[in-house]
Amino acid sequence: MMSFVSYLVNGLSLGSIYALIALGYTMVYGIAKMLNFAHGDIIMVGGYAALITMATTWCPVWLAIVIAVVVCTVLGVVIEKVAYKPLRGAPPLAVLITAIGVSYLLQNVALLTQTANPKTFTSIAAGAPPFLLVFEGKAPLFFTAAADSPYGDLKPVLTISMETFLAIVVSIVIMVLLTLFINKTKAGKAMLACSEDKGAAQLMGINVNGTITLTFAIGSALAAVAAVLMCSTYPQITPYTGSMPGIKAFVAAVFGGIGSIPGAMIGGVLLGVIEQLSKAYISSQLSDAIVFLVLIIVLVVRPTGILGRKINEKV
Amino acid sequence: MKNVFKRVAAVSLAAAMTFGFAGCNTNGESGSSNNGAGNGGSAGNGGTLVIGGIGPITGGAAQYGVAVKNGTQLAVDEINAAGGVNGITLKLEFQDDEHDAEKSVNAYNSLKDKDMKLLIGTVTSAPCEAVSKEAAKDNMFLLTPSGSSVDCITAGDNCFRMCFTDPMQGSIAANYIADNMSAKKIGIIYDSSDSYSTGIVSGFEEVAKTKGLEVVEKQAFTADAKTDFSVQIQKIADSGAEMLFLPFYYTEAALVLQQAQGKLDIPVFGGDGLDGIIDVLGDKVDIADGVYVMSPYAASSPEAKSAAFTKAYQEKFPNDPLNQFAADAYDCVYAVKQAMEKADVKDASISASELCNKLKAAMTQIELDGVTGKTKWAADGEPEKAPKVLKIVIKDGKGEYEVLS
Repeated sequence: MMSFVSYLVNGLSLGSIYALIALGYTMVYGIAKMLNFAHGDIIMVGGYAALITMATTWCPVWLAIVIAVVVCTVLGVVIEKVAYKPLRGAPPLAVLITAIGVSYLLQNVALLTQTANPKTFTSIAAGAPPFLLVFEGKAPLFFTAAADSPYGDLKPVLTISMETFLAIVVSIVIMVLLTLFINKTKAGKAMLACSEDKGAAQLMGINVNGTITLTFAIGSALAAVAAVLMCSTYPQITPYTGSMPGIKAFVAAVFGGIGSIPGAMIGGVLLGVIEQLSKAYISSQLSDAIVFLVLIIVLVVRPTGILGRKINEKV
Repeated sequence: MKNVFKRVAAVSLAAAMTFGFAGCNTNGESGSSNNGAGNGGSAGNGGTLVIGGIGPITGGAAQYGVAVKNGTQLAVDEINAAGGVNGITLKLEFQDDEHDAEKSVNAYNSLKDKDMKLLIGTVTSAPCEAVSKEAAKDNMFLLTPSGSSVDCITAGDNCFRMCFTDPMQGSIAANYIADNMSAKKIGIIYDSSDSYSTGIVSGFEEVAKTKGLEVVEKQAFTADAKTDFSVQIQKIADSGAEMLFLPFYYTEAALVLQQAQGKLDIPVFGGDGLDGIIDVLGDKVDIADGVYVMSPYAASSPEAKSAAFTKAYQEKFPNDPLNQFAADAYDCVYAVKQAMEKADVKDASISASELCNKLKAAMTQIELDGVTGKTKWAADGEPEKAPKVLKIVIKDGKGEYEVLS
């Protein structure tokens, strides 16, 4: 039973990280109608930014996170301006190839500057006690190190680490803030308008280019947060760290309905939970296959994803 | 106007390409003259014998190829400085195969054009399987320092190997655990997408059965899902295992150890792939305290032979990777030297096939006392040597190896 809870909580934590990344995919797709395959590699850059700043003596952890967010935001905006904006009128395929090119560029620059050797990441919650310890027949302990347990040598049957807890909480907070931002602020409503109809939005006096830039900035900032959370939970970073989570998050975005923000959140969390549970109860080797199988089934039943809307194209 | 521009562009492109190729050529030549640089000083009177080497110097597996190339070069230079083998000066010609079987065979053919008499290589398993077939056809002596898949040396009796095979490593691990440790229930996490890992597991399980070890939980992961090990760790913890066996590389093992913190508190035993975990963990090395690693060579080993090799290597190649691959390659050259002395080869003009016949007879008679331990060879080319088990101990916040056997 406790094992099940452990799988579930880890799944939620992994899923929250997927959801944060998926938000970047889905927002950019919703507004610019392009798949930004470099998004996964922005995560990697964010991870390295945090790693390098945290390794210095003067930089506290919170500042390292801020720096990672700033680096990613600037990077996202620069990529948009340099690589994607000139192609705004180009066929979608050209933009897609450009995105793949940017992805390889980032990976190779990282390979050159950081080498292929994996680096160990210091968790942002390093030294913090686990969030929750559950013991057989005893009251659970919050924020207590196992060594300080009042139950002596009794081993906890369930341990939820601070990183896992942080990943879930931070993701929930960010999702709430993002939803408020989009529905309550002018800039957020402008984003909604652009995703509905770019031409009409422009006619209404919305700065479409500025809105697209803002979208990239927000998506990349979220990627930086996801990077710090992910590298804290799985404390290692290589130039390829972002590619697999990037693909999984893309799947999560499609799963939830690409273009839909709540869809990306639901898709991400579901994907993480399905992945962990299928690893635990079906096969640890087949978990990815099962994840993609679920995706296929969802797409066959609901081609637009869970929350995607059907857009009728006028012929 | 446009046409003129096109022509100018075409001509300048062609020029650029010519220069580009010229660049390649010069690079190649300077590379090979570099390789042979060490043999100038003390030429004997038996002529110069070309030893071929093939391995990945670029690409993802480059750290292995570079280590082998350097280790081979170091031994060749040492032997030449000491007067060569029976008066014969050795010369290393090393070619890059980028860990690609087809390129490896091409490299083999081009080395034959360079008058290669024997091959130390190839470094990685899949290319080695391909090249060994060619070498068997030519009756070219082949000694692979690090090709660990079984089929690397099954092509013919001309093929020998310095390292353990993967299944052999697994069976040695099982024997060692059964004979020296109290743990009887073993949990295994392995990489099912990697032949190195699955090979070790198969060898381990086979011996474990006969030795009274019980594999209580076996959990796999794949190359595409190798960051999250929480499920595997939970399953091992639930299984009541007394020891965790990790037959894969240190990159993933570092993650497993970190994620197992506080959730799984049993001793960890790993194969030679774990060598390197001290460096990758950096200042978090204390979580690797007490981890057992099976490796024929460790850079920090206090043994005299290993220490001398480490010092010489680091002086000569201060920026290059130093690992067991370098040590295996170094031993390969000395094994060849010993076999040549045993077979009384005195003239470098001997044909490759004739040399091969002499060497393969001599190889089974010699016993090498090398950096990676005392080694003898069976007629099938497999090495017989005692495994070395190292234990990671933490001293003053730094990880070190303690040699157990």
